[in-house]
Amino acid sequence: MGELVGNKHVEYILSVERRKDDFLSVLMDHLRMNGAYWGLSALDLLGKLDTVDSEDIVSWIMKCQHESGGFGGNIGHDPHVHYTLSAVQVLALFDKLDVLDIDKVTGYVASLQKEDGSFSGDTWGEVDTRFSYIAICCLSILKRLDSMDVEKAVKYIVSCKNMDGGFGCTPGGESHAGQIFCCVGALAITGSLHHIDKDLLGWWLCERQVKSGGLNGRPEKLPDVCYSWWVLCSLIMIDRAHWIDKEKLIKFILNCQDTENGGISDRPDDAADVYHTFFGVAGLSLLEYPGVKAIDPAYALPVNVVNRIFFGRCST
Amino acid sequence: MASSSSSEGEGRRAWVPLASRPEFAGVTPLPQDDGPSPVVAIAYRDDFRETMDYFRSLYSSRELSPRSLLLTSLAISVNPANYTVWHFRRQVLEALGADWTEELGFTEGVAKRNAKNYQLWHHRRWVAEKLGPDAASRELEFTRKIFCLDAKNYHAWSHRQWVLQALGGWEDELDYCAQLLEEDVFNNSAWNQRYFVITKSPSLGGLNAMRDSEVDYAIEAIHANPENESPWRYLRGLYNDENEAWLNDSRVHSACLRVLKAKRNFKFALSTLLDLLGLGFKPNQEIKDAITSLRTSDLGEAGSDSDLANSICSILGLEDPMRANYWTWRKQQASSSS
Repeated sequence: MGELVGNKHVEYILSVERRKDDFLSVLMDHLRMNGAYWGLSALDLLGKLDTVDSEDIVSWIMKCQHESGGFGGNIGHDPHVHYTLSAVQVLALFDKLDVLDIDKVTGYVASLQKEDGSFSGDTWGEVDTRFSYIAICCLSILKRLDSMDVEKAVKYIVSCKNMDGGFGCTPGGESHAGQIFCCVGALAITGSLHHIDKDLLGWWLCERQVKSGGLNGRPEKLPDVCYSWWVLCSLIMIDRAHWIDKEKLIKFILNCQDTENGGISDRPDDAADVYHTFFGVAGLSLLEYPGVKAIDPAYALPVNVVNRIFFGRCST
Repeated sequence: MASSSSSEGEGRRAWVPLASRPEFAGVTPLPQDDGPSPVVAIAYRDDFRETMDYFRSLYSSRELSPRSLLLTSLAISVNPANYTVWHFRRQVLEALGADWTEELGFTEGVAKRNAKNYQLWHHRRWVAEKLGPDAASRELEFTRKIFCLDAKNYHAWSHRQWVLQALGGWEDELDYCAQLLEEDVFNNSAWNQRYFVITKSPSLGGLNAMRDSEVDYAIEAIHANPENESPWRYLRGLYNDENEAWLNDSRVHSACLRVLKAKRNFKFALSTLLDLLGLGFKPNQEIKDAITSLRTSDLGEAGSDSDLANSICSILGLEDPMRANYWTWRKQQASSSS
């Protein structure tokens, strides 16, 4: 079996972060905030967060904040709850949540909740259970869950539960591993996991493992490294992770590495990107692969970071 | 202007710099302020950089004009995932009083190359909302075209469900699901849509009214491909919480029996019987024999029902080793409840 070439991935991530003007980076400039979260979280999981200048990054993050309190994907971009969460998560990685005006951010996120408990992503009103998770995760990190109507939020998420035990983006939407992660994560954070039929969902989730050992997101679809996170994470939150073949999954993830140039791709032999690099490393973390820090499944942040948020300063 | 290079496909023309276009006279392009790290001067596509620099200029000055609309079209064509561009486009459209039908046409062009783009679908929905119920058939036709290229496109399915509920058009939906399933019976999205239709369509009478015919439909699909996960889940979903009805519908366990007898692809048939046993199902001798004959090792006489459940789990542990731990757990559940 191959092994995790952690140092190569660190180099890969750092080189992507340094790239400023080439076509690929300009193409992604509107989601730089997400990219920062994926790259920096992966670095932290690999024990190399100290290789970046946190001050620079923190000051850039704050420049991405809009007057509404929300954060955009980059300087000059419109606010969206997704970038707001990434901003908060990155600040948490650097233990710099105190630079935030908590009320301001909270106000923005809470304002996106609708009458039926659902959340839209921004002022334009698109609704998706992804945004429910994002809002709940974000306000929980800021310790301001009381600013939203949690009961209604939970009710909406439960209304998106399907007869196969999974969850979709909206009521009636097809069960999809990414949406399931969001709904299970949101229910976990709000102490509402009792709404889930864990046996039924656990079975649906473990059926995502295909012959190659990788995981897909829906029946009859191809495996993708990012599902190593969403499916496995969901299984862990409902205590059913032992229902998949962990060894085979580890093998699959390792096969998705670009062992020469660093980085991880969606499936073996495809091109690497920071997004899949993060989810591959995060998946290995959940699988307790040696040399990778533990990650919290609900907050998608290293466990020590989450402990620091909720229990104050602890040893790293 | 140089003639277009025909080898590069639809939409590619020689780039005319925005700086030399009269409609953009007076605009000062603004480069992206990227924050930390020194700017490394690496060359990239001039049209891309120039377009985005001009966009930033008009966006920051909040110019809601026809040339801004044109610029968002250009910016979207080079970078359709940039949500700020879409956002600004909407502001421009509202300010100018758009032709919404024309705007639908614009999104169709974008969708051709970017069918999995969140911003595109959100924009499409926003425009369709402006048009109201009149847009229903066009929206259904649009998603239909997308499904011709990718019948599992999650965004398109989400959009289609929204269209049906917000704008209408349910009449042919069940037939459409049947058509898609004829093309690919493994299409889980189509099975999900079918469930959506029979439970929510105002013209079909609801799940109870549809259950009978749908059971037959699902079982037919099962026999064609017993390894197909979707119709098994669909079948179970038809009964929802109605365990008594589920237990007493002889078509269900008959279908399982038929699959077992064929001795191939029997995983879901066995797991369904396992579920039924857990709810108190009393199998006949024929079913017991069919299960017994699948056992590859001597596990002793299949006596009580818990032994049968035990047998099933043992068989499944061998048949589906990747999920051995799951079947072991099912075995424990079965013996602890007897």
